[in-house]
Amino acid sequence: MTDHDAEDFVEDLPLEPLPLDAWHRARGARMVPFAGYEMPIQYEGIVAEHTWTRESAGLFDVSHMGQLFISGEGVEPALEAVLPIDLTTLKHGAPRYSLLLDANGGVLDDLMVTRWSEGFYLVVNGATKWDDIAHLREHLPDEVTISHMDDSALLALQGPKAFAALERLVSGDTPLASLTFMKGAAFKLGGVDAWISRSGYTGEDGFEISLPAENVAAVADLICEQPEVKPIGLGARDSLRLEAGLPLYGHDMTPDTSPIEAGLLFGINKRRRTEGGFPGAERIIREIAEGTTRKWVGLKLEGRLPAREGAEVFVGEGKVGTVTSGGFSPTLGAPIAMAYVASEHAAPGTQLEVEVRGKRLAATVSPTPFVPHRYHRGN
Amino acid sequence: MRYYTDEHEWLEVEGDTATVGITDYAQGQLGDIVFVELPEVGAMIEQGKDAAVVESVKAASDVYAPITGEITEVNPALEEDPSLVNSAPEDAGWFFKMTIAAPAELDKLMDEDGYKAFVESL
Repeated sequence: MTDHDAEDFVEDLPLEPLPLDAWHRARGARMVPFAGYEMPIQYEGIVAEHTWTRESAGLFDVSHMGQLFISGEGVEPALEAVLPIDLTTLKHGAPRYSLLLDANGGVLDDLMVTRWSEGFYLVVNGATKWDDIAHLREHLPDEVTISHMDDSALLALQGPKAFAALERLVSGDTPLASLTFMKGAAFKLGGVDAWISRSGYTGEDGFEISLPAENVAAVADLICEQPEVKPIGLGARDSLRLEAGLPLYGHDMTPDTSPIEAGLLFGINKRRRTEGGFPGAERIIREIAEGTTRKWVGLKLEGRLPAREGAEVFVGEGKVGTVTSGGFSPTLGAPIAMAYVASEHAAPGTQLEVEVRGKRLAATVSPTPFVPHRYHRGN
Repeated sequence: MRYYTDEHEWLEVEGDTATVGITDYAQGQLGDIVFVELPEVGAMIEQGKDAAVVESVKAASDVYAPITGEITEVNPALEEDPSLVNSAPEDAGWFFKMTIAAPAELDKLMDEDGYKAFVESL
């Protein structure tokens, strides 16, 4: 028995324990190397955890992600020079999706940017955070300070009962109910200062919670004492985001893909699409106008055999694309995948074939999300 | 007589045929199994070569032939319900039956106690 799976394994670096390492092990988690850390892949099983999150609420430890605070004189124009974001429309506390791009418009990372009173709070991917910090340091002026908030932990509480569970535990200047999808504010959570936003990576309603690492075990205990909540591992995090049609950096987009190919036009804010002035703007503005030769699409597969990352996509004899993420959808009871395919074969409903171990599987281009989002957008 | 391999397969030998599956430990490591790709009946497979593929929600894993032989039967129930490998790995969740082309290969496999000690050493 040998796993084919290639994880985001950072070689040659010693694996570091995260603040909740002992907490995960005490709850029976199976720990695996991921993004340079030992992280819980599962507790009771991926499907059970996946279903629990869709039906109740799951607590995810995402403390491997990079939390940065960017501040200083001229921070706004400096950030707009490295990100295709429009900060003039970014309200205090509301996280917004953005992209770190190279000079050719290739994706170096995707990230969340939130305006705080003294600067900007960024959440970047764990596997890329050191490269991101180096990139930002190189491209931001000296007056702008980058603080790596490595004494902060990050939790995500996701699922239809996340609000009910969390509301019991928080107090603040505003009620938790005042947060709609993609809004955030400061709260006390179990007596601890926490920054909470209504956001996540599962397609469900839910929250992301930044708090001091020294308090995270006590807060995680408190949250998991709520009857709606169980801890959820990375395995279900991946199957949930796949069903939600959310791309994973390093797989669904990389320095070799542009955000327009990846369907991430919303990550290029409107004013920037005409004004430019960010890395790779020339290519990206051209691609917005002229289209791209390939597009990122969702695929639904017939049968039960999943197609994984790297599987090739065909029309007849001709190769037209490659799978970038794929697996078995517990909610749909069928395999689903994401792939780059030639644009002429990217329309929803197009019949394609995916090759897995020499076998051709019938696949249909499907709109994403595969499972509808249930974000709390307010009335 | 039941034998075990260090790749976490079991073989139940009856006469000149062996029934092959993966162990309870193996299914626990793999997690929720969603698909099992079985060999063709009639295929001759050498010991240690790919015989089957198990797909869990997360990953695909190879299952190797524990001995050399010809595949005589595959478990038709796994097509309908691959989760049998999780619920009854050493029983209804068997993978395939094969002939025993080189009986001496069995001598190098573990018995139940030997496998138990092996798993505990992991």
